[in-house]
Amino acid sequence: MADEAKAATSYEAGLKGASSRVAEFHEDTNTLKKIQHWLHQTPSAVPMIVLVVSLIVFGLLSDNFFKATTLSTILQQIAIVGILGCAQTIVILTAGIDLSVGAIAVFSSVLMGQMTFRYGLPAEVSIALGLCLGTAMGAVNGFLISRLKLPPFIVTLGTWQILLASNFIYSRNETIRSSDIGEQAPALQFWGGSIEAGGVKVLYAVFLMIALVAIMAYVLRSTAWGRHVYAVGDDPDAAELAGVQTKRVLIQVYALAGLFCAIAGWVMIGRFGSVSPTASTGQLGNIQSITAVVIGGISLFGGRGSIVGMFFGALIVGVFEMGLRLVGTDPQWTFFLIGVLIIFAVAVDQWIRKVAA
Amino acid sequence: MEPILKARGLVKRYGKVTALDRCDFDLLPGEILAVIGDNGAGKSSLIKALSGAVVPDEGEIWLEGRQVAFGSPLDARGAGIETVYQTLAMSPALSIADNMFMGRELRKPGVMGRLFRQLDRPAMERFAREKLNELGLMTIQNINQAVETLSGGQRQGVAVARAAAFGSKVVILDEPTAALGVKESRRVLELIRDVRARGIPIILISHNMPHVFEVADRIHIHRLGRRLCVIDPKDHTMSDAVAFMTGAKLPDGVEEAA
Repeated sequence: MADEAKAATSYEAGLKGASSRVAEFHEDTNTLKKIQHWLHQTPSAVPMIVLVVSLIVFGLLSDNFFKATTLSTILQQIAIVGILGCAQTIVILTAGIDLSVGAIAVFSSVLMGQMTFRYGLPAEVSIALGLCLGTAMGAVNGFLISRLKLPPFIVTLGTWQILLASNFIYSRNETIRSSDIGEQAPALQFWGGSIEAGGVKVLYAVFLMIALVAIMAYVLRSTAWGRHVYAVGDDPDAAELAGVQTKRVLIQVYALAGLFCAIAGWVMIGRFGSVSPTASTGQLGNIQSITAVVIGGISLFGGRGSIVGMFFGALIVGVFEMGLRLVGTDPQWTFFLIGVLIIFAVAVDQWIRKVAA
Repeated sequence: MEPILKARGLVKRYGKVTALDRCDFDLLPGEILAVIGDNGAGKSSLIKALSGAVVPDEGEIWLEGRQVAFGSPLDARGAGIETVYQTLAMSPALSIADNMFMGRELRKPGVMGRLFRQLDRPAMERFAREKLNELGLMTIQNINQAVETLSGGQRQGVAVARAAAFGSKVVILDEPTAALGVKESRRVLELIRDVRARGIPIILISHNMPHVFEVADRIHIHRLGRRLCVIDPKDHTMSDAVAFMTGAKLPDGVEEAA
């Protein structure tokens, strides 16, 4: 049998004299290939380039565009979408989707308002409760998706309707007026406050959005939890075998998304002044946040992209809306162009993925 | 000698299919135990039960004489059992270092690590580079490149390096040379011997008979969901082994079960 073992490995004797050099990588000389590789490593580069180009184009088309007030208005208008986008980003990174972000935001804002005005709780307490309840709504999504293994699209399609309906039933369709909130519970409107510098108003909400994006960029990039979020989205089975507690990560992701939505709900009170169960965010928040995420170069298949890209994506939408209005075109062109951008972004994503092959 | 890893009466059913049928298993300290068997014999289910990837319906597992029940791969890993799965279990979009430390990341010392949970990337990258160099099959320029940009062989190398680096009690290798070239396979076989030299026993699942007969101390032959016999590669030929695992021949003192 020793002979056989020897015979079995004797074919390797043929290796003698073979090249002992190990595999080498050829540098891509092709510029297009280089760009592809670079984009593969910096997924937020595409939206950044689009953003810069659109800023330049609108700057040339309209004299009023590069004014501090214009730019601060753009930021102000994307504040809520940006915060909802943070929620949508972490969910989409896990290869999920959250259609209930807008509903959680509106319902949380209604809960915060009603707890103050119906039950007479101090505004700070109602805010804390509202944030907790928003987190809980997200956690329910996470539970259904990770434990019962239902598809995220279906679960959140369902909770979107359920939460929005609960919101109307619970609030009895009542709006709490801005003046009442201003007098009795100014904390609810906190994020509507602003800093003025040289005649330019910047809402606190804008700083909050930027802070949240910065914090999440750090968490996703530099903590173990962030890496696990990517791993779960990339290949859940592999992540599980490699020692990631995928179910726990999923629940945490959806719960955190719920918290972000509740924060967005609080910001909505500041932005709009009043608490309204019929706020358009309930219906549009989903599509707007998904648009920002997709234009931001985050892959809908999970595991790829950066939250900074989402921020650029939201900015692109804001810049298009504002720029086209200043140029004086039909506002429908905004949606037309955003539609083009979405398809462009996904096409670029597919192209970048080919780098692996 | 007392087995370091022992299993008795493992049963795993998937619907009507019985993948493990009262299966026994013994791994002795410091040995390389090869597990061979025909396709569908239940090798993978056995390995998954031992590595925590599936929970057996019945049966008991002992590690170093203590009974264990693994609910997840993380449990098994915590107990010192490290596995290279056939699918490699790597996240393609993440870097080599990220993958090696998945689920056991190093954090920076001090406030940045404790309070802000910041990863200690330099340390993780240094360690990953070291381990890959030890394995010798790496000419990876950038330890931060995504795993999906590596060739199949390189990926397998990273997976093996990960297991070898962290396995403290048992290392399980499921088809570790399947995607490798002749030279790379040789390196992995050397690595297997290195790991044994460090006193860590290895379970090697392979279809490559020459490799199995070359490195294994004992060979566990799996057939129809259970252990048919354990043979010594010095006493049997490869054709004996193939005959046993396909049922063409019965080993001495074993009767075909139903």
